[in-house]
Amino acid sequence: MRKYTPKDNLQKKSYYTDRFWVAPRVPKEMVEEGSHFDDVVKALSEVSEIKESAIELGQLRVVINPTDNFKVLEALKERCGYKMMSEMSAVDYLAKDGEFEVFYQMLNLDEAKRVRVVCRIQRDEAVESVVSLFKSANFAEREMFDMFGIKANNHPFLKRIIMPDDWEGHPLLKTYPLQGDETASWYEVDKIFGKEYRDIIGPENRDPSKVDRYDGQRFSRVGYEVPFGTEIDPENEEENPIAYSETFMVDYTTGTETLSRRK
Amino acid sequence: MAQHQVNYASSAGLPIALTSVDKLVNWGRSNSLWPLTYGLACCAIEMMASGASRYDFDRMGTIFRASPRQADVMILAGTLSKKHAEFARRLYDQMSEPKWVISMGSCANTGGMFNTYATVQGVDRIVPVDIYLPGCAPRPETLQYAMMMLQKKIRRESADMKKNVKQRII
Repeated sequence: MRKYTPKDNLQKKSYYTDRFWVAPRVPKEMVEEGSHFDDVVKALSEVSEIKESAIELGQLRVVINPTDNFKVLEALKERCGYKMMSEMSAVDYLAKDGEFEVFYQMLNLDEAKRVRVVCRIQRDEAVESVVSLFKSANFAEREMFDMFGIKANNHPFLKRIIMPDDWEGHPLLKTYPLQGDETASWYEVDKIFGKEYRDIIGPENRDPSKVDRYDGQRFSRVGYEVPFGTEIDPENEEENPIAYSETFMVDYTTGTETLSRRK
Repeated sequence: MAQHQVNYASSAGLPIALTSVDKLVNWGRSNSLWPLTYGLACCAIEMMASGASRYDFDRMGTIFRASPRQADVMILAGTLSKKHAEFARRLYDQMSEPKWVISMGSCANTGGMFNTYATVQGVDRIVPVDIYLPGCAPRPETLQYAMMMLQKKIRRESADMKKNVKQRII
């Protein structure tokens, strides 16, 4: 028989402590001696200090100093055969650690291996641009600047790439509100009509299912119909029920007589 | 509507049809609505399907134009981002009067599922909309129906555009 467990406070127990689903941590494995990634780590440690190196999901992840990013990527490209930078961007860990994590995802097309180079930078710190090594970094660094405000030194053309040039704020920061700040919510109005038209156009309606029952122009009122565009005073609203819209109630206790008469 | 078929018996055998200028002008306007090709997102696929052979907008006199100068109707088909709003308004301004706007799909109507910082929450914030077409995305039949509703609306209007009181922003 199954072992008995007391069930007195079963309802008090919480089954889930996390409010949201928390992804399990990817297991870190040691870099094996003599493997391909071991050679990579050794080659990189000649040019820069390697803070941490581990295998995650079959990829090498190396943590470096942010000042060494150009040297490390150069070594990866020239000496280890990582000729392609498939992706680079940043992750906002400002709330957690007070830092950004800048990552470079490298691909070796001959060996079919990937290396993730990671460095941590402070809020106002810039990273060195790697455009002279990888052309694909051009747009990626512009996007990083656009979305996080992280600047890349010696970038050929560092300007916003996704958001408009006169946009304020960097939308992928965790502190940026999803529905936009004050400037964002009036952006198109200010740009097209000017600030003085804010009152005429009004604030954004962020609830698409909003129904204003006193708006005689855009909403109909079932049972309390008014002509189009009628201004209704919410205080002194006239009770004006229309007969056809009322539910016709059948009294079944006395209804049999009516039904029999219908025959 | 204008009387198309001459009833010779009732008009003393003369080929005469009596109508008003309003009706004649609106008959012409409503039966040759040329929309501006203005696809912004996935609704544009449905808009293209409406124009293609299966649904065939051409038989209604609706021919898509690639220039705002030649267009009467702006079909805003899809998500309008805040970056693009300026250009949508400029294209609207470049269209010659009389002009009408169909807001096609949930995104254009209210911002739809994009309740975010980068999407215009309803294109009626920047251009005056005549027909709001619901759906995500609306099927080509729905767009055709919207076009027919717009035709109906035009036929009700006065030929003098100054008399048509529209809920214009500017």
